[in-house]
Amino acid sequence: MEDKKPVISKKIDNFFRGLADAFAFVKRFFVEVWLPPYEFKEIVRQCYEIGYRSLPLISLTGFIIGIVFTNQSRPSLAEFGATSWLPALISIAVVRALGPLVTALIAAGKVGSGIGAEIGSMKVTEQIDAMEVSAINPFKYLVITRTVATTLMIPVLVMYTDFVALMGSFLNVNQNEMVSLSTFFVQVFEAISFLDIFSSVIKSLVFGFTIGIVGCYKGYRSNSGTEGVGKAANASVVMSMFLIFIEELLALQIVNAIRNA
Amino acid sequence: MKESVIEIRGLYKSFGDNDVLKGVDLDLYKGENLVVLGKSGSGKSVLIKILVRLLVQDEGFIKVLGMDTSQLTLRELNKLRLKIGFAFQASALYDSMTVRENLEFPLTRNIKGLTRKEIDYKVEGLLDSVGLPNTINQMPAELSGGQKKRIGVARTLILNPEIMLYDEPTAGLDPTTCIDINNLINQVREEYKTSSIVITHDLTCAKQTGDRMAVLIEGRFQAVGSFEEVFADATDPRVKSFYDYNFITQ
Repeated sequence: MEDKKPVISKKIDNFFRGLADAFAFVKRFFVEVWLPPYEFKEIVRQCYEIGYRSLPLISLTGFIIGIVFTNQSRPSLAEFGATSWLPALISIAVVRALGPLVTALIAAGKVGSGIGAEIGSMKVTEQIDAMEVSAINPFKYLVITRTVATTLMIPVLVMYTDFVALMGSFLNVNQNEMVSLSTFFVQVFEAISFLDIFSSVIKSLVFGFTIGIVGCYKGYRSNSGTEGVGKAANASVVMSMFLIFIEELLALQIVNAIRNA
Repeated sequence: MKESVIEIRGLYKSFGDNDVLKGVDLDLYKGENLVVLGKSGSGKSVLIKILVRLLVQDEGFIKVLGMDTSQLTLRELNKLRLKIGFAFQASALYDSMTVRENLEFPLTRNIKGLTRKEIDYKVEGLLDSVGLPNTINQMPAELSGGQKKRIGVARTLILNPEIMLYDEPTAGLDPTTCIDINNLINQVREEYKTSSIVITHDLTCAKQTGDRMAVLIEGRFQAVGSFEEVFADATDPRVKSFYDYNFITQ
């Protein structure tokens, strides 16, 4: 029988169905992640793929952020004769916001799209079905391993980005203000608190989980042949970035509330 | 009396408004090769995917090796799946793994405690039996279509299945490779004592591999029997036209 619902009603229906499906997918992750078999070997392989193979891009971006942000901030501080505050300013900006956010956005583009495309391609070429008929749980082997790996590796990458960005900033400060490495890092660590580092790590864990689960979900639900694979990769990036920005806003509110309490 | 390894009764399956299977009844007997013929989109692949619960029927009863598949828990279903080999149309080899890893993957995950020597013996033996011992360290992307199909069959055989399901085994292959694949299907039955369902629209494949034919038209089996019974005495114009079309194109 022909569905006579108006188009807008169908769209709302589809939206809520999609939302329910996504929640069911996330719920399945939290149920199955604790159950054996634990695919440690595959998790380690994914950590290598996600972490180690992202290092060149992350290093370059972090380094440039450090230099550029320092350079752009100097004129404003110079007006007040406060260029000595540069290390403190940069460290707060990098550790609290720039490091986690930029790393997560880069990982969403590089890692999230890769996961979406890989799982999407496995779906349309029936490789996921082949696992199922061999009595292998593809959700455990593909989704849980990749999501655990991104959740573990993004915080590591964030800390690395923070360090590289601060090194970039140091080079710039050293050239212009003749500040030594030890003085620079004394100022950096005086400016940041335990809460800054703790919130940065927690936030990165959430970003990592988001990138992994969204990539896997979009890949797992892809269809329509090779066109579907492209769409899955694209949707992974867009959805991950959208969620990362929302999570960043929420984290900011929560951390500010804790700081002011 | 022949022993049924698969019994299908009153099977219905639809996708939205599209009714694909409309009351299918079928038996697969022990040791036989049953060929399911039908046009593209007639529901042949849907039928075998329902047998391994990759898809779930809307209505109907399926018994595989004496077990009602709709009543099984996931653990029981997985045990049953180990007894069924499924050779996919596009082979479905894992792209990121070598041929060796493709074969080892289902084996090591389902049979614990195997030594390296036992795994190698099994993998190398199977590659020998499908005639591709030299491909062991190759990636799927380096293989031809026919080689992929053979490796796909080898991967399903590694768990010693009792039933084999072949989804369009000769689709997209040249005539010589088709004959090789048909011979492989017969060889698998002889060596591994399997009962098989072969899904195809290729009459040459059907004639070479099948003991019985079942022609799926408009969601039901319109003719079941030996090749001669189904096509020589065909009265149903739809069955006859299927034969004529294949005869002309081949």
